[in-house]
Amino acid sequence: MTNDIVIPVQKESAVTHSIYNQKNRISDSFLTFLIYLCASISIMVLVGIMGYVFVRGIPEISLEFLTTVPSTIKGTFGIVGNIVNTLYVVVITLLIATPLGVGAAIYLNEYAKGGKAVRIIEFTTETLAGIPSIIFGLFGYVFFGNTLGLGYSILTGALTLSIMVLPLITRTTQEALKTVPESYRSGALGIGATKWYMIRTILLPSAMPGIVTGIILAIGRIVGESAALLFTAGSGYLLPKDFFGKIFESGGTLTIQLYLCMQKAKYGQAFGIAVVLLVIVLAINGLAKFLSHKFNTEVKES
Amino acid sequence: MRPKSYSIFGGHGSKSGVEHAAEVIFTVCGFFAVLAVASITLYMIISGTPALFKVGILDILFGTIWMPAAATPSFGILYVILTSIIGTALAILIGVPIGVMTAVFLAEVAPERLTNIVRPAVELLAGIPSVIYGLLGILILNPLMYKIELKIFAGSTTHQFTGGANLISAVLVLALMILPTVINISESALRAVPQHLRSASLALGATKIQTIFSAVLPAAKSGIITAIVLGTGRAIGEAMAISLVSGSSVNMPLPFNSVRFLTTAIVSEMSYSAGLHKQVLFTIGLVLFAFIMLINITLNNLLKKGEESHDK
Repeated sequence: MTNDIVIPVQKESAVTHSIYNQKNRISDSFLTFLIYLCASISIMVLVGIMGYVFVRGIPEISLEFLTTVPSTIKGTFGIVGNIVNTLYVVVITLLIATPLGVGAAIYLNEYAKGGKAVRIIEFTTETLAGIPSIIFGLFGYVFFGNTLGLGYSILTGALTLSIMVLPLITRTTQEALKTVPESYRSGALGIGATKWYMIRTILLPSAMPGIVTGIILAIGRIVGESAALLFTAGSGYLLPKDFFGKIFESGGTLTIQLYLCMQKAKYGQAFGIAVVLLVIVLAINGLAKFLSHKFNTEVKES
Repeated sequence: MRPKSYSIFGGHGSKSGVEHAAEVIFTVCGFFAVLAVASITLYMIISGTPALFKVGILDILFGTIWMPAAATPSFGILYVILTSIIGTALAILIGVPIGVMTAVFLAEVAPERLTNIVRPAVELLAGIPSVIYGLLGILILNPLMYKIELKIFAGSTTHQFTGGANLISAVLVLALMILPTVINISESALRAVPQHLRSASLALGATKIQTIFSAVLPAAKSGIITAIVLGTGRAIGEAMAISLVSGSSVNMPLPFNSVRFLTTAIVSEMSYSAGLHKQVLFTIGLVLFAFIMLINITLNNLLKKGEESHDK
């Protein structure tokens, strides 16, 4: 069965089959088996994880679970406080990180003239992307929490996370700006637009789907983040009493609550939260796929 | 480099205030990443070094006794460092072959329809929050490990039973977590290999498998090495997934010992530590940061070398 598999040739090519097509070699069969084995391990793991979480978690989900906060008196458990905290963290982080990330991408792609400065910025952006979240957590705890005196609060967490998702937004925006044809720029500038006017009215709208995809990917990272939030945003689980005051109070996101449940060995509740998280991750993934797909076809048509 | 376009009002005199402001603001945004990395580095060094001198560099880095709460506290983190290195290495040893093989499957073997199903699935694997991996590790891997442990160490009086939370469990979780990174990057590297290399190899009479293993994989070597380095970075920095799976007591990194990684040491003690103990935790953070920077610089050099060879 080894050599008669059709090769998925990306481009039309003269030679796609070996001239020894009929011959079977033992080592070939073995390696083919190994390839299939490894691929199926990777896929089975994913299916297994999703399946296990959904089977264990869905029975835990009820209206009470989704719409109340934990109460020791009644002995009930709910995650609505954590959902609200997660929303707070996502919105504030994006409010900070999006302008910075998009601005940095515009600088790199439109204003920078190459040379050392750009190399340094690109190196640091890469570095920032490689720093693990626990280091961001420590830095946020020391700098935003202690030095700036924000303590355990949603703002501390959001500030920490905005540094973390900055490279992601910068990179996706840069890619989106690169796909805008040079003729758009020349055209706008040629009829007398100034550079900022050209960026504002031509470049950013054309690159918008790419930027939005980057923002959606950033939401995915924020929702799934835990280590960077443990020492910065704390673990509060109550509903906000005051809309803006909540920013300066501690608030645990869904992942933090999941971790705390795990630590207390309340695995049922943990699986309930895991299902909610997986549904969010799936939705975000689908949305990003859909947008980038739409974006690509638009480019092809034009 | 693409040709740059300039506004017909591009002269220095005709720029309005808004134009200037826009340029300055974007430049500031551009340098924000530099500022962030610089301040993170600075703060990690400021908060990590005091303990080094208070305890003594050798005592802290090469000491093997970790008793932060004792009357005469001892802060040796050698086992913690060793656990991180050995754990990451083992995770790479398990994760990379599986990941590269899956990438080969996606790029070379699988029919397109199957690729279109499997690739999104792999991307999804990358998006699953790390705490969920931890949760599954505790509930699936740990009981399994405990059964194996009971069999192997039955009758042993010296072994400390861990309930399955040991190095192997943590390594397996880590190997799983680096899979998406390794698969994605290796696959793009394999797809970037020019078609004529495959054609030439096949025309010389090599079988398809021989072509993959002796022509395509060597040609994609630099990309695969990049994947391994990125995977190492991800594995050494992972905290939440393994903090409960690994057992979290400081021990020699032996397969069935309950162990503590650099990351899990910070996670599990940060909340209640104070004084010197807290400073030592920041030193652990600094050690981790040093490892990460080493990996980043290696990665940067690799990418630069790759670009140079493409330019030629």
